[in-house]
Amino acid sequence: MANFKDAGHLLRMAAVFAVGIALFLVARSIFVPKSFGQYGHYRGAALAEVASKPVMFAGHGACEGCHTDVYDAKSKGVHAHVACEACHGPLAKHADDPTALQPPKMDVAVLCVRCHEAGLAKPKTFPQVVSAEHSGGVVCDTCHQPHSPRIGDATTASAEKPSGGSK
Amino acid sequence: MSLTRRHFLFLLPAAAVAWDALVAGTPEAAPNYNMTDHWWGLLIDVTKCIGCGTCVQACQAENLVPDGYYRTWVERYHVADWSIENPVVDSPDGGKHGFPASKNEGGKNFYVPKMCNHCADSPCTQVCPVGATFVSPDGVVLVDQKYCLGCRYCIQACPYGCRFLNPETNTASKCTLCYHRITKGLTTACCETCPTGTRQLVDLKNPNDPVHKFIETHSVQVLKPHLATKAKAFYYGLDGSVR
Amino acid sequence: MNGIPVEGFMYPNEIELQWSVLIVLYPFLTGLVAGAFILASLERVFRVEEVKPTYRLALLTALAFLLIAPLPLQLHLGHPERSLEMYLTPHTSSAMAMFGFVYMWYLMAVLVLEIWLDYRRDIVILSQTTTGLKRIFYRALTLGSSNISHEALAIDNKTGWIITIIGIPSAFLLHGYVGFIFGSVKANPWWSSPLMPVVFIFSAMVSGIAAVMLVYMFTCRARGEEINMRCVDTVAKYLFYAFLIDFTLEVLDLIHRIYEADESFRSLDFMVHTKLYLPHIVIQLLLGTLTPIILLGITQVLPLSATKRKLTYTIAGCLTLMGIFAMRWNVVIGGQLFSKSFLGYTTYKLRLIDREGLLVAIVLTLLPLFILWALIKLLPPWEDVKGEHLETAYGDD
Repeated sequence: MANFKDAGHLLRMAAVFAVGIALFLVARSIFVPKSFGQYGHYRGAALAEVASKPVMFAGHGACEGCHTDVYDAKSKGVHAHVACEACHGPLAKHADDPTALQPPKMDVAVLCVRCHEAGLAKPKTFPQVVSAEHSGGVVCDTCHQPHSPRIGDATTASAEKPSGGSK
Repeated sequence: MSLTRRHFLFLLPAAAVAWDALVAGTPEAAPNYNMTDHWWGLLIDVTKCIGCGTCVQACQAENLVPDGYYRTWVERYHVADWSIENPVVDSPDGGKHGFPASKNEGGKNFYVPKMCNHCADSPCTQVCPVGATFVSPDGVVLVDQKYCLGCRYCIQACPYGCRFLNPETNTASKCTLCYHRITKGLTTACCETCPTGTRQLVDLKNPNDPVHKFIETHSVQVLKPHLATKAKAFYYGLDGSVR
Repeated sequence: MNGIPVEGFMYPNEIELQWSVLIVLYPFLTGLVAGAFILASLERVFRVEEVKPTYRLALLTALAFLLIAPLPLQLHLGHPERSLEMYLTPHTSSAMAMFGFVYMWYLMAVLVLEIWLDYRRDIVILSQTTTGLKRIFYRALTLGSSNISHEALAIDNKTGWIITIIGIPSAFLLHGYVGFIFGSVKANPWWSSPLMPVVFIFSAMVSGIAAVMLVYMFTCRARGEEINMRCVDTVAKYLFYAFLIDFTLEVLDLIHRIYEADESFRSLDFMVHTKLYLPHIVIQLLLGTLTPIILLGITQVLPLSATKRKLTYTIAGCLTLMGIFAMRWNVVIGGQLFSKSFLGYTTYKLRLIDREGLLVAIVLTLLPLFILWALIKLLPPWEDVKGEHLETAYGDD
């Protein structure tokens, strides 16, 4: 068995280790974030941080309140299930304060072909055209009303031009 | 007049969300959101995807995703004849601006949207050394941007390639299933803007969710089922060639 | 994206490699540590007397490399200032997190303790015979105890022996864990294998033994001392045995992959024959494994002169280190060059000047050698501080 007199240095080394472990435990109590472990092995506060990011797309529900005429026209046409912001872009800021942000003008030529340019991989039943051959160089909204684009569908007069607010 | 009508319509969320197919359940205000009431997933109907890339653009706009990195993307497949083990796949800039025309070589051609599968048994959260990425109580795999070390182990462990290192924050980043939206009763940016209804959010704890009912009654697939990740991005109409 | 050339199809986020040459360097350095320690334990526990001249040198080599090993990791992290989180909130399901504790255990409870116990007598004497800053340094190391009586030294010897016994499985755990960090990733078929920890352990032993052998021969030459041929012959013999096991394991993995030919096989096979042809076939297999095995085999079978043996060992040792580094490269970089869709390949852009560039990698590889030089100066491995040599020179034929 170790003679304590001759094993003194081992005890000193053990003390160094003990101090190290103690310092580590103190560091743990100081530095581990308070909400850690609340729901699992992660910072519980992170959930609220992710959930509080700003919303950029208002969602289709936000538009109908003011733009009822457009909504009515669209809901009767083939674009009924296309969200407003799919074409008009993120407009949560506009929905919060309509005068603060005016939605940008749409570049119809680019916008329409994004979906409707003919492609081999597109479902066969999806309406698609080869734009270069389709209209003889004429821009899409010359013949197609974007909110209710099928030619021959009934459209209301006020839906001819997108309105800038409630009437 | 229109003022009261506007308020009236605002006060009826049910009217605002008449499109059942696009939104799951009744929207709840953020303070009433109870995590344990939900178990989120997504349904992707491959037969409807037109490869327009609107989802990729919307995600980038909603979540400020840096260029060259993708929280979601669209792949185009060309499968010649019966050769499902050798598809030809492309995804130019993640499909963000659509796809260039391809030569008609016959065979099958289709688009497949991809994103984080929010796996219930996720291999990426298993390997995180510090607990910076986790599965939330409502089934969304998230990254704690303040805690992540940027070691990139999770990126290596994800079988689907959905993670990346955000060069602006030097932390791991990926699809959050628009957690900041779904906890407020909105749907994800990609589901919102998808013009054909390819993408639909689903609450797997809500038996009345029509998308949940669809998953229960139709043949659906997940990616790489042999890895047993319990992926919650369900695909309808997924071809056997899809990787 | 980013001007990185891609062949075929890669998932868009896979194109840029995540783990760089620094992550190649890390298992290489920790492998040298484990291998050097196993060599040291040959004498301490298994009483292979012939390799005693390398005992202290092996321990110091292990310490030098282990101290530098965290540096490539720190340079790689997106937030190195958060690295303490791995100790504060370790995720027990993460091999990387648990490895932080294995590293700390090995450094403090095995290596530092064993070196301290073995050198304690010299430290105490030096704390009384030196002056100035050095005196303060040695006095601190004594922990205030100057007991170097026979009984105390006997206790040290016994304790050191126990620590070495614990240290052997600890060394296996140290590098086996690194192998497991890769081997447990089911998403990556190039990595995912139960053989990975075992292959890493044995390639670590090979590289560590070769490194100590080279350091020993170099330091003997530098000091103008005669190289102890009985020692070096024995070290080379153990290097040869370790190599045979390592080679067998790698061939087993290869045969298994080729035979089963699962969905990843075609993609990986193509990668090895094209992108990895130089690092894998030429450098790792031909130059880094087969050539040293043949060279060492020749020395085991044919009677060669001491000069010829020294030359052969030097060449074999250098090729071995190059080959084991290439093996780490092929695992880490190779595992990221192919797409998880098995439909394409990307390219690794290794920059010269970059936080994770070639220059940094070279500096980090050379840094341990400077640390080793400093350790040798502070804790001389071959001289009893009273001036009497610890090793006796054996004549050679």
